[in-house]
Amino acid sequence: MSKAGTKGLRERGIEILSVTVAIIIWQLIADLVVNNKFILPSFTDVLFAFIRIIEGGVLFTDLATSLLHFGIGIISALLIGIPIGVAMGWFKTVNRALDPLIEIIRPIPPLAWIPFAIVWFGLTHTSAGFVVFIGAVFPVIINTFDGFKSVPKIYVEAAKVLGCMSSGSLIRHVALPSALPSIASGIRISMGVGWMCLVAAEMFGVSTNGLGYKIWWHYYLHQMDFVLVYMLILGFLGLFIDRLFRWYVDGHLLKWRAGVVV
Amino acid sequence: MGEVKVSGISVAFEKENGESTLALDNVDLEIKDKEFVCFIGPSGCGKTTLLRTIAGLERPDKGQITLDGEDITIPDSTRGMVFQEYSLFPWRTVIQNITFGPHMKGISKNKTLEVAEKYLKLVGLEQFRNSYPYELSGGMRQRVAIARALANEPKVLLMDEPFGALDAQTRNTLQKELLQVWAKYQITIVFVTHSVDEAVFLADKIVVMSARPGRIKKVINVDLPRPRERTSSEANELRNQLLKMLAEERRN
Repeated sequence: MSKAGTKGLRERGIEILSVTVAIIIWQLIADLVVNNKFILPSFTDVLFAFIRIIEGGVLFTDLATSLLHFGIGIISALLIGIPIGVAMGWFKTVNRALDPLIEIIRPIPPLAWIPFAIVWFGLTHTSAGFVVFIGAVFPVIINTFDGFKSVPKIYVEAAKVLGCMSSGSLIRHVALPSALPSIASGIRISMGVGWMCLVAAEMFGVSTNGLGYKIWWHYYLHQMDFVLVYMLILGFLGLFIDRLFRWYVDGHLLKWRAGVVV
Repeated sequence: MGEVKVSGISVAFEKENGESTLALDNVDLEIKDKEFVCFIGPSGCGKTTLLRTIAGLERPDKGQITLDGEDITIPDSTRGMVFQEYSLFPWRTVIQNITFGPHMKGISKNKTLEVAEKYLKLVGLEQFRNSYPYELSGGMRQRVAIARALANEPKVLLMDEPFGALDAQTRNTLQKELLQVWAKYQITIVFVTHSVDEAVFLADKIVVMSARPGRIKKVINVDLPRPRERTSSEANELRNQLLKMLAEERRN
């Protein structure tokens, strides 16, 4: 990971070339083959649309709105999902009680919850956040549970003979740090799923603002260049959030794991 | 004080098909304060089970174990343990591993650190203070594990084949270091090994166990003078005697 980060611009030649060629081909096809802005906007169309969005200042409102929805969903997924996963992983009875419920609810696609989101929360930010939450909470629960299940017994025993006896301190001092890699990858998955749910929730009118909402709105106006701009923004933002998370987790929380082959 | 009394201990394990095997059958043993005791025997003889029961990690089905007259039922900090596998917490640095025990006891941060530094120095790993376990060799990891167990200032140190995974050279060095620690801190050490050489070099008392069900076959007092010569004729004689006993066990 860190090696790729320190690679100089010179060594990135192939990557840059590949992106440049893709853009040129896109531009040529859009201009010479398709030649229809509605069906395939060209690279320059998209660039101009992007500049107009920036100038208009709406981008930042949409960005903030979407991040708010995303934040509500992810944070509540963590606050609810991690304790549930911990309890299920550590206490067998809790696992047996909750497992059937989770297995029944989990296969319901998150977007199927949109009607209830609207009925329960109205056309609010909470409503969009709720749909993100539904998508994000299960990967968090399941990975936390898995992480707790696979805490090596030797660490628990070593802690016990060192005087760490209660479930509370064993969870805090042994199981949680040991399960952290698994929890972190659960959070990454949940952020990916949550990001997809976000766009859908905003498209279905759960919110009246946001990046997903804008895609739908510009589609109604037949401004496909703007649709594509918002698509790309969503893609880049998702990538950025994922990279930021990985950088933080690998560089700080899981520093002790360097050298572990997974 | 660190006097361990094992009286009439039986431990059974339930197998998956519901049958149970008797790992220890009515074992009696007395370990004196400051004594260095080795358990030796063929694999499956219950030597590790006996050690784990003294630690409190296994519950006996019958019998009683006491430490200085007090009943042992659950693990606590009066008995430290060093495991065969690497048991350092990989998410904690060397110093954080050593402070774990004192920290759990609720000792103040400064005092905890002071104690930890002392034992870190004892095992000679000051320069690896802030390293993570993955950065250490096997021998260094077991040194830290010993320091971590000692930092709790236990009365008895239980060791389950702690040097089993190390190469011969490192193993010899660590044996010598362990004897120095033992002489310095005057604690009781109970040491499980499958190596006759190791037992002869280390122990005041060697407990030879027999397998299925695990019983004590013989207790041998070793009165070779210390520091011991690994190749002296007395050591060789004792070694032969032990090897014969173990071979007999294997035949049964």
